[in-house]
Amino acid sequence: MLASLIGFLGDFDLAEEAAQEAFAVAAERWRHDGIPANPGAWLVVTARNRAIDRIRRERTLAEKTRLLEVPQATMDEIDDTTIEDERLELIFTCCHPALALEAQVALTLRALGGLTTEEIAHAFIVSEETMKRRLSRAKAKIKQAGIPFAVPAEHLLPDRLEAVLAVVYLIYNEGYSGRVDLAAEAIRLGRLLAVLMPDEPEVHGLLALMMIHHARREARFAGDELVLLKEQDRSLWDAAELAAGRGALERAIALRGRGPYVLQAAIASLQTGEQIDWSEIAALYEQLAEITHSPVVELNRAVAVAQAGSVGPALEIVNRLELGDYQYLHSTRGELLRRLGRTDEAREAFERALELARSERERRFLERRIAEL
Amino acid sequence: MKYALLIYSAPGSHEALPKDEYEKALGEYMALTADSRCVGSGQLQPVETATTVRVQDGRALTTDGPFADTKEVFGGYYVFEAQNMDEAIELAARVPAARFGGGVEIRPLVER
Repeated sequence: MLASLIGFLGDFDLAEEAAQEAFAVAAERWRHDGIPANPGAWLVVTARNRAIDRIRRERTLAEKTRLLEVPQATMDEIDDTTIEDERLELIFTCCHPALALEAQVALTLRALGGLTTEEIAHAFIVSEETMKRRLSRAKAKIKQAGIPFAVPAEHLLPDRLEAVLAVVYLIYNEGYSGRVDLAAEAIRLGRLLAVLMPDEPEVHGLLALMMIHHARREARFAGDELVLLKEQDRSLWDAAELAAGRGALERAIALRGRGPYVLQAAIASLQTGEQIDWSEIAALYEQLAEITHSPVVELNRAVAVAQAGSVGPALEIVNRLELGDYQYLHSTRGELLRRLGRTDEAREAFERALELARSERERRFLERRIAEL
Repeated sequence: MKYALLIYSAPGSHEALPKDEYEKALGEYMALTADSRCVGSGQLQPVETATTVRVQDGRALTTDGPFADTKEVFGGYYVFEAQNMDEAIELAARVPAARFGGGVEIRPLVER
């Protein structure tokens, strides 16, 4: 409802006030008249009309003249399609590249996720005051700089969609490190995008990727300890979510998706198979590396190559990478050297990883690896 | 809405271009000025011609410069009448200085 109002009014603050008023009116009127047939649409219509009344009262605000010509909305005009279109426009506004990334994330959670400022502040470990300032600065820029409430033109869409997906994935990854349930919030946003942009393979790819990972969340830790994929208790996986994730992946592939999210989802899906096809995974990582040119992807490819049985060639890939300060490079090298029986070198690599490890949990994991050599 | 496009270019970046590319870039600047949405534009003389005035206790103090060592120097501007930020961004991306190591700052004008 809030998303629809912001999209319609082109003003975050006005929309929030109007929404509050509409809820107050509803609390009063529904008690007497009963709940209307479509409560969502009723609230949107009431809030819109309240907002229009308010704008008319404040006619001096010349910038809002556009809305003065808007007639009062009626129930027949506000159908679900209108509300969905407005939400889609709002997503592109919130994730506009003219806004700082952290503001894009906060706005998206506020306007589309419906999180309160306090919740968002808590999730990103900043004070509520800081988050309030961040949000109002972004809202002011949208208004003053004329950042549009619109789905971008065709030729801009690929870049702009990439920005939207990056924001959602960022929210997901914040959730993965264990704060407020941002991961679930990101998946909700992903589902919304899949409804709003059903023909974009990368949208389904991202949703699939998030759900397949999320389905395994209970199995990733035993108590406080990190559990490797191959040692995870599969009975702890959320079978329904895993199936839904695979469904989204199939949809993406049917749309001929071969983008980075689709590839990552395909890899994640293969990793949950009964028999893991590591050669296939290595091939997918190779495609992903061609698109992203990311050394981290190359590192993952090396792991897959090793799992497929070629430990020596995997070590060669790792040794070529320039990722000196990357903890996982060293822990992976350690693992490969251990498998090749080069224990002393393995210990050295694990110790380097231990120096770089930031979380207590990961340090304990590496210490166990070293002790087991 | 009116948007000012403030052009910051890397010093010497245009002069270093081969003749044909330099002329092509010049043509692109002219094309932007000729665009029907352009409501104003100006090119500044090099920063070496700059003079700064400050008023202290009612007296104007005039100094030569500034010649701060900056990677980008303000060299000119356009003012465009555009629908929204997206249109302004597209126009800014057409300014040659943006691809020669400089940047274009987009600033909406106060509407009166």
